[in-house]
Amino acid sequence: MSQTTPRRTVIGVGNPDRGDDAAGCWAARIVRHMLPDDVTVVEHNGDATALVARLAGMEAAFLVDACCSGAACGTLHRFDVAAAPLPANAFSLSTHGFGLMEGIELTRILGLLPACCVVFGIEGGHFQYGDALSPPVCASLDEVARRLCAEIVGQEAVRA
Amino acid sequence: MTRKTIKVDLLARVEGEGAFKVVVRDGKVERAELSIFEPPRFFEALLRGRAFSEAPDITARICGICPVAYQMSAVHAMESALGVGIAGPLRDLRRLLYCGEWIESHTLHIYMLHAPDFLGYAGAIEMARAHGDIVRRGLSLKQVGNAVMALLGGREIHPINVRVGGFYQVPHKRALEPLAERLKWARDAALETVRWTASLDFPDCERDYRFVALRHPAEYPFNEGRIVSNTGLNISAADYDDHFDETQVARSTALQARMRDGGAYLVGPLARYSLNFDRLSPVAQAAAHEAGLGPVCKNPYCSIIVRAVEVLYACDEALRIIDGYVEPEQSCVPVVPRAGIGVSATEAPRGLLYHRYRLEADGSIAEARIVPPTSQNQASIEDDLSSFIGDWLDLPEADVRHRCEQTVRNHDPCISCATHFLRLDLERT
Repeated sequence: MSQTTPRRTVIGVGNPDRGDDAAGCWAARIVRHMLPDDVTVVEHNGDATALVARLAGMEAAFLVDACCSGAACGTLHRFDVAAAPLPANAFSLSTHGFGLMEGIELTRILGLLPACCVVFGIEGGHFQYGDALSPPVCASLDEVARRLCAEIVGQEAVRA
Repeated sequence: MTRKTIKVDLLARVEGEGAFKVVVRDGKVERAELSIFEPPRFFEALLRGRAFSEAPDITARICGICPVAYQMSAVHAMESALGVGIAGPLRDLRRLLYCGEWIESHTLHIYMLHAPDFLGYAGAIEMARAHGDIVRRGLSLKQVGNAVMALLGGREIHPINVRVGGFYQVPHKRALEPLAERLKWARDAALETVRWTASLDFPDCERDYRFVALRHPAEYPFNEGRIVSNTGLNISAADYDDHFDETQVARSTALQARMRDGGAYLVGPLARYSLNFDRLSPVAQAAAHEAGLGPVCKNPYCSIIVRAVEVLYACDEALRIIDGYVEPEQSCVPVVPRAGIGVSATEAPRGLLYHRYRLEADGSIAEARIVPPTSQNQASIEDDLSSFIGDWLDLPEADVRHRCEQTVRNHDPCISCATHFLRLDLERT
């Protein structure tokens, strides 16, 4: 068993009981056993303060969350948040106005943001309590998993 | 005659969805109305027909900030219906879990939601640019509260280890030792938090609140106590409905609670502190004195100091509990279903949280009633606005808006866990 301290993380953000908001959680579940040992995979409720602790000290972080930008349901977005903040309006689904975007920006201002920090946004369509994932979001999960794995493997190639 | 409307379309530092409207005529505040658009989630109806044992996990879902409070009120109400008493280490562990929730909830409000008001920032992110060390301290302090929740509750949010009769699993004493080390740091950080909050500038305004909180013979209240007020009320939770009433107001989807005589009352840190100062630990009392607080605090803006004192108390109390912890032989006591009525009130971070259940003989829930702190504080928040806004009417509208929002935030309303929308309509005629 590897004794390497995990320095890379995949964070699936969302509420598993709220329709397409569960997309990040499902993405995390799919890739959990597909990644190298030094990559921790967690599901996260998006609380900004706890997110800071999750991101601090990481070499690379890959986050997946549902978003709502007006694009077609199931559309996949990729944001290099190490380079620029998230678009404000697409990720404002936080319960208290203090969610993913705020967590990332707080981490950045405190100088704790990983050098590599990428957010995959999956366009959601339905966010009602008790709803299942909508079919277009389900269909996007495999693509998110494939791209996550490709990015992480690509990182390893760069390291080597 | 002039008429003016000011709207605040987004208030991100209040938990929930709401608006308020202030009507001013001839330079005087005619009325202030807090409206809540919180979508009804029908938890009380959802509980009907479910087993008594499901109540802690279902009600925990009401709030992501204070799930322990819902669990504690639920289990105590069920245990009162089923004739079960919890004592010794299991009772202590419940108190310890509540300490964790107070630490994380209060710290979130102090550092992320409330402090920016006093320092002139739009939010915690802007505040962090100039006060990074302070924000880091707040984040680390909150994480200690989260760690308590994770260890005892199984996870940080919506804990899953609480059951009627006790816990599903209890920790070994050695598992608490690392937590104690973190809590020692947290106690120092909490003391620094008291000193820091006391250094902020506060408006010189007080209100003659009717405070309502639990009071226990020996402890600062978490899970147990009689419901008391500063106007002579002293009742058991079983008599809550004889003295308090919830009514529907057209502007709100949340019921609004008042005393039976129609008067507003306040629950939460100011009330708890003012009715229980003598039950705080010596270190918390000393810190309050040093911060300039007397044994009663009626300035709602100073609630940020009171919350810091309660965080300090929670750290101190958690350490006391861990120091004296003896592993229980069983993680829970047996519970046998029977028909009955059970009530309980515990002290959520935001104040008194009342639960009442009627159970069928098989233990299924026939009726459920839940009165959260924010329902009880709505009328007092409106009265705060009515009382204070008259002095601000000559200020620029942006300043009026900000002061109104700050006045609402003084009470850390958890309007709902769904959205974050507050609109201000200020009518001047």
